[in-house]
Amino acid sequence: MADVTLRKVIKRYDDVEAVRGIDLDISDHEFIVLVGPSGCGKSTTLRMIAGLEDITDGDIMIGGDVVNDVPPKDRDIAMVFQNYALYPHMTVAENMSFGLRLKHYPKAEIKARVTEAARLLDITDLIDRKPKQLSGGQRQRVAMGRAIVRNPKVFLFDEPLSNLDAKLRVQMRIEIKKVHQKVRTTTVYVTHDQVEAMTLADRVVVMNHGRIEQIGTPNELYHKPATRFVAGFIGSPAMNFLPCRLEEVGGKLNLRLTDRIAFPLPPARAARYNALPRSELLQLGIRPEHITESHGHLEPGVESFDTVLDVTEPMGMETLVYFGLDGVAVCGRVNPNAGAQDGAPMRLAMDLNNMHLLNETTGVVL
Amino acid sequence: MSTMAIDKAGPSRKVKYGSMSRDRTWALRWSYFFLCIFAIFSLVPPIYMLITSLKSSAEISAATNPWWVFHPTLSNYAELLGSNQYLRFFLNSALVSIFVVTITMLISVPAAFALARMKFWGSATLATGVFLTYLIPDTLLFIPLFKMFAVIGDWTGIQLINRWYVLLFIYPTLTVPFCTWIMIGYFASIPKELDEAAIIDGASWFQTLTRIFIPVALPGLIAATIFAFTASWAQFLYPMVFTTSVDQLVLPAGIITTLIKGDVFNWGQIMTGALLGAAPPLIIYAFLMDYYIAGLTAGATKG
Repeated sequence: MADVTLRKVIKRYDDVEAVRGIDLDISDHEFIVLVGPSGCGKSTTLRMIAGLEDITDGDIMIGGDVVNDVPPKDRDIAMVFQNYALYPHMTVAENMSFGLRLKHYPKAEIKARVTEAARLLDITDLIDRKPKQLSGGQRQRVAMGRAIVRNPKVFLFDEPLSNLDAKLRVQMRIEIKKVHQKVRTTTVYVTHDQVEAMTLADRVVVMNHGRIEQIGTPNELYHKPATRFVAGFIGSPAMNFLPCRLEEVGGKLNLRLTDRIAFPLPPARAARYNALPRSELLQLGIRPEHITESHGHLEPGVESFDTVLDVTEPMGMETLVYFGLDGVAVCGRVNPNAGAQDGAPMRLAMDLNNMHLLNETTGVVL
Repeated sequence: MSTMAIDKAGPSRKVKYGSMSRDRTWALRWSYFFLCIFAIFSLVPPIYMLITSLKSSAEISAATNPWWVFHPTLSNYAELLGSNQYLRFFLNSALVSIFVVTITMLISVPAAFALARMKFWGSATLATGVFLTYLIPDTLLFIPLFKMFAVIGDWTGIQLINRWYVLLFIYPTLTVPFCTWIMIGYFASIPKELDEAAIIDGASWFQTLTRIFIPVALPGLIAATIFAFTASWAQFLYPMVFTTSVDQLVLPAGIITTLIKGDVFNWGQIMTGALLGAAPPLIIYAFLMDYYIAGLTAGATKG
């Protein structure tokens, strides 16, 4: 087991820069998830750690050693691929032991390790089957087993659950978490699914356009996003962004959303944003769960307003409501019993204690 | 009311097939029609050969129904199989084919692997070049090749012309490009992650080829082997040009050279020889047919 460090790592394909100088410190035993939209450079980063792609510039260190020019087989890593990449002509046991057999491990030890990994992953009964006789979930377990038996320094997962159906994905997600709790191997996991990232990671690395937007625990990313990209990427339904400006009315700071709607800022927020120039182009970032139905007694910092709903989506435990504010579509989450109906007027409340204020030009959260 | 309507509709309703099934029926009829024509065209010659091989020379030249054997005899078979000459042709053919298949596979499998997987400078051009080589017909190649071996003979004193093993140098010029080309297709259809997984597991390029690619592409490999075997077994032009002595001849050349004397055609034995000569590829096809088809379709759908 080992820590992994990336220093100013750059990957260039001809004139396209896929990874633009990223720095990342992954500590021993940590479960790191790289997440971002397709083409953000997350898979390339993973493949560079694996040694499947050369790095154009910078340094990659595993366990303190620079591995820039070390071939994959000598990096002591194991990788799980999206399409499993099981050897179709070998049985499950042969698949799992292939790496060990190449390294001429004693037969008894190979058998012991395979048996142990199979037990851990609950695939003991499948050990003599060929990959084509297995279901998607079973294949993914075998692929993980192949990684576990080698007892590597680092596990690399490249979108391992993307080929599974939604139900199985949730199940396997839990399995992966359980396995990591048992083996505690440093893990780098790539996904485009922010739910997977949030549920699995000790820390999440959000990437965009070959750069790291933010690194943090799932809660940090959710509650304290650094940029508009992170704020919009993490969370489903996504955060609402509304153009707004600050104005001072009677010595108090107000947030003006439309000509009709302006809210006084809660004292803590007012103090935080007081220094901002009043003319600055700003955006209000507010998550759907902070726009709910209005009650009689509103907490401090929660402001109500009237609107007409465009569409409602009953989800069972909640109802998503969509409405427009000055032409911008906004999503809110209300109680299913709040009586939200398509096209009907409704009084909603916005919790400004959980708001974010963003610079519209730079996208930075202020 | 509704019951009446059903009663009325019931007897007058015609059974109508959908356009899909009508199209399908017609497609089937046409395909059987063409299959029958094709089967007749391809089966008549071997049947005629079999009939003729069971006749004596006298019966062949007699003006009777050529499609019927009146006095069946196995004398043609006995004479051919009892003649050392014919058995020598058979042996030469077998040696040439086995060696050519071996040489072809030893060259084209690693070549295809390198061209399909190891991206190096000029690999794409080289792959196309390999295919273009195959497009040059052997009727154009045999004169320069003959000249080459003659020159080699003059320079080094190593006489290869009129030796059966000269064919081991010549046939691969046909089989290697084709087998390399089809193996490139099979190897390219193997997911990239499979060799990446092998590399991370610690396999070298050679181990990736022998332990992953060859077993996974086995149907393709067998298809290529069958092709190489059939091509070298049935080759006619090159052995006619490069070998002349009776003990150096392979089957197709041997039958024509020894069983046609001047303008006298020993039809009974020619047909018997050809029929017996066709047996080995037929047996190999029969055994490996499933693999062959699996190989062809795998390449077709995934490539």
